[in-house]
Amino acid sequence: MAIKTLFVDPTRCIGCRACEAACRECDSHKGESMVMVDFVDRGASLATQPTVCMHCEDLVAPCAQVCPAQAILISPEGVVQQADPSRCIACRNCVYACPFGVPKFDVEARLMKKCNLCYDRTVQGLQPWCAQACPTDALWYGTYEEFAATRVGEPVAHTDFGTQQVQTRVYHVLPVGTETFNLAEALREAAGERPVREEAWVL
Amino acid sequence: MGVNRDFFVPDREFNYDLQGFGRSMVQWQEAEIIPDRLVPTHCSFCGVQCGMYLKVADGKVIGVEPRDYPHNRGALCPKGVVAYQQQSHPDRLLHPLIRRGGKGGKLERASWDEALDYVVRRWKAIQAEHGPDAIAVYSGSSMSNERCYLAGKFARVGLRTRHIDYNGRLCMSSAAVAYDRAFGIDRSPLPLPDYELADCLFVVGSNVAECFPVAMQWLWRARDGGARLIVMDPRETPAARTADLWLAVKPGTDIAVLNAMLRQIVVDGLVDEEYVRNRTTGWAEVREAVMAYTPEMAERLSGVPTERIVAAARIYGRAETSLIMHARGIEHSSHGVNNVLACINLALARGQVGKVGGGTTMLTGQGNGQGGREVGQKANQLPGYRHIDNEEDRSYIAKAWGIPESELPWEGAAATEMVHLMADGDIKSCLVLCSNLMVSLPDNRVVERALNNVDPLVVIDFFLSETAERADVVLPGAVWCEDEGTTTNLEGRVVKLNQAVDPPGEAKRDWEILTELARRMGREQFFPYASAKEIYEELRVASRGGVADYSGITWERLDKEGGVFWPCPSEDHPGTPRLFIERFEHPDGRARMFPVEYSPPAEEPNDAYPFRLTTGRVVYHYLSGTQTRRIGFLNGQAPEPWVEIHPQAAARLGIANDEMVRVRTPRAEMTLRALVTPTIRPDTLFIPFHYGGRQAANQLTDAAVDPTVKIPEYKACAAAVEKLEAPTAGDGHARMNFTPDSMPTMFPYEAGETRPTGPKAHQEGTWQSRPCS
Repeated sequence: MAIKTLFVDPTRCIGCRACEAACRECDSHKGESMVMVDFVDRGASLATQPTVCMHCEDLVAPCAQVCPAQAILISPEGVVQQADPSRCIACRNCVYACPFGVPKFDVEARLMKKCNLCYDRTVQGLQPWCAQACPTDALWYGTYEEFAATRVGEPVAHTDFGTQQVQTRVYHVLPVGTETFNLAEALREAAGERPVREEAWVL
Repeated sequence: MGVNRDFFVPDREFNYDLQGFGRSMVQWQEAEIIPDRLVPTHCSFCGVQCGMYLKVADGKVIGVEPRDYPHNRGALCPKGVVAYQQQSHPDRLLHPLIRRGGKGGKLERASWDEALDYVVRRWKAIQAEHGPDAIAVYSGSSMSNERCYLAGKFARVGLRTRHIDYNGRLCMSSAAVAYDRAFGIDRSPLPLPDYELADCLFVVGSNVAECFPVAMQWLWRARDGGARLIVMDPRETPAARTADLWLAVKPGTDIAVLNAMLRQIVVDGLVDEEYVRNRTTGWAEVREAVMAYTPEMAERLSGVPTERIVAAARIYGRAETSLIMHARGIEHSSHGVNNVLACINLALARGQVGKVGGGTTMLTGQGNGQGGREVGQKANQLPGYRHIDNEEDRSYIAKAWGIPESELPWEGAAATEMVHLMADGDIKSCLVLCSNLMVSLPDNRVVERALNNVDPLVVIDFFLSETAERADVVLPGAVWCEDEGTTTNLEGRVVKLNQAVDPPGEAKRDWEILTELARRMGREQFFPYASAKEIYEELRVASRGGVADYSGITWERLDKEGGVFWPCPSEDHPGTPRLFIERFEHPDGRARMFPVEYSPPAEEPNDAYPFRLTTGRVVYHYLSGTQTRRIGFLNGQAPEPWVEIHPQAAARLGIANDEMVRVRTPRAEMTLRALVTPTIRPDTLFIPFHYGGRQAANQLTDAAVDPTVKIPEYKACAAAVEKLEAPTAGDGHARMNFTPDSMPTMFPYEAGETRPTGPKAHQEGTWQSRPCS
């Protein structure tokens, strides 16, 4: 059976933080969000990037690999869990090891916390709260086949960090090279009847 | 707001950086409360009215669950997710308050009897001395149809005053009148899921992503299907960021671009002649009027490059199915009706209106902004979209209400005029419900004078809003989930709100308060309601045969059918999701086109105030912020207003990002933080309007209104911005170091700013294209 997972598409993200608000509603960590939405550079653009746990697969998630207490368990479905409170020794290895900067360390609870892909909801066939709430489908939950059939974009589950490569269960959606609309052509056509001004080409 | 301020803000309730900062207010053990039940209802905020379930335990709303409703598909925006936190909020008003010491005294706790008796005694005395019209009712649209209907009836029957209007005047009045004139009916003609069917989406003056986040899924779905997206806005909004074409228009100059686009469509032969001939009237006049609007002229007026205007016209004009989505950006204008008519002309010329997925649509801002203007709380309207100056309509409603027609008051003052009547002393007392005038009305010095001038000012609200703070009597009302009723969303879909819990403390439902006031005014026989449903049943009768006919919509149907679209004249009628498929609502079945001419905003930039100031919403707040500024998560994201300045303008003024600056207009000045960003035109400033007191953007805005519908021009006024320590001239203000003519150009979006500088450069006729390079 096809595996359901998250697809993260920053081109659709409007930065509304509905995912953060919704994540706080999850019963396993009420009041605390495990999703992050960041402006890439507000001084240049409105572009925003939602960051969720990518649930790395290859072979074991880096956070789990470096855990000396084997507190970070991985479910049979490949969901990398938050640290088990009975095992976590608060060493923060996972915080440093994660290439995506996802795990957060709660000093007071002396516990690593991160996204469980809403395990309590997904086992019942529901969507994780963040994708459920997301008003723009920038965070989307479903199978690869479903995504390919209904959405535009190239789902990528492989990320290079210099010498480190990770294969992830969660997909980033990147633009497809083809099929982009040629605005320059439309402007050129309009300008065919007028003096050409360089600035109008700047998109 | 600032650059990456989303990192590490101390004391922020929602910090995800658990290492750095304090604990969340909501502790983990709360998660262990198991809800008793899930109550299906809709969100309390914007016009989309997303479906949601509220989790209820022990008489408290403890959370929210997604609800797969046809138009939101289980999605919620951040406001929707946390809306439930209003219900048990510590700021809730739990008992009536009264200012015993008169103006200047303190608001003190009172019993319902004391508060209501005082109000009624004063009202009776005022009406005996000054006549019934000395009392006004200022209502709102962010509440159920039942309450809106009752507000209208309470004013006209309970108080017998002609002065009843509502805050939709500040919101939808331009679009409402334009649609009424062009199509004969004031409603968005298509449901949200139809957006997906368009080949071209033209968003005009709407920050649709921030104001209607849940509608974005339908835009993106259309984009996935290959639809082109054009956005016309002075700011690069989140929707404009990935649009095919952004038309960065100067605030208040939209007609120039829209008319030039229509001209280009004519020139290119893209007009749907057969449609225009068979389904519209007035095309010849419109055609003649727009031919004067060359793209070059439009560029000079609006700052949008000619190439972009022509490209936009062709993208729009060549699309098989195209949809124009417009909102307050063009409607909050001293020529708001004309702006909307210009959009409608475009769509009619292209033969789009009445096509599935095409045409024009208004994005109604308030939760019940659509229903609120149909059920008879507008100055000139009676329930069912009836007109108060139409004999037939008057006699029908008088009969439905059981009063002689002669007793039914005539049209009263519009909301924006009412304030002046209060300030001038013509209106002696005012009942405000579901509104926060101190934040929402333009030029709020006048508003403050008006509110201080009426005695008693009676406010029904569930939080102590900036307006309630000035009241003589505050009556604690109910939030949306403590009452039941219906709302009508931006599609024209009537949906059912269900009650989750009872109001806390001594708070009462708004309809109970109005009914009780009417009883004490001696008008008990006209207000015999024991439940909101009885009010709805009366509304069905009152709307029967009207344009907005709800008579076939029963609460049972709403629960069963996922909402019903009005008009729905009988119980076996399926409702009308799509309008104009076969005919328009004018008697001849044709749409009317009206030629519209460009006129500048009431206040143009000048040497002392070289910028144009525009105001708008942010995604975390709703209207005057009375609700959202009290919810930790939302307020934490945007706790104070800011002013957006383009880096080129900021550099010329020496303003750095995050610096406190002063913004001045001819009316007032305010100090706020600068957000230096290239996502705005260099000659434009933007301030969000959700804040009160010294943070209110409406200290600055111009009170000019559209002559026909009295909507204020929130979106364009002249302004200056300066550093706090800028050297001052004789008048105590800093000298601006540039004028509208030497305003920085728009880089990298420089194209529209090719006007030669120097003396007389801006005068008519001397403008020319920059020489070819």
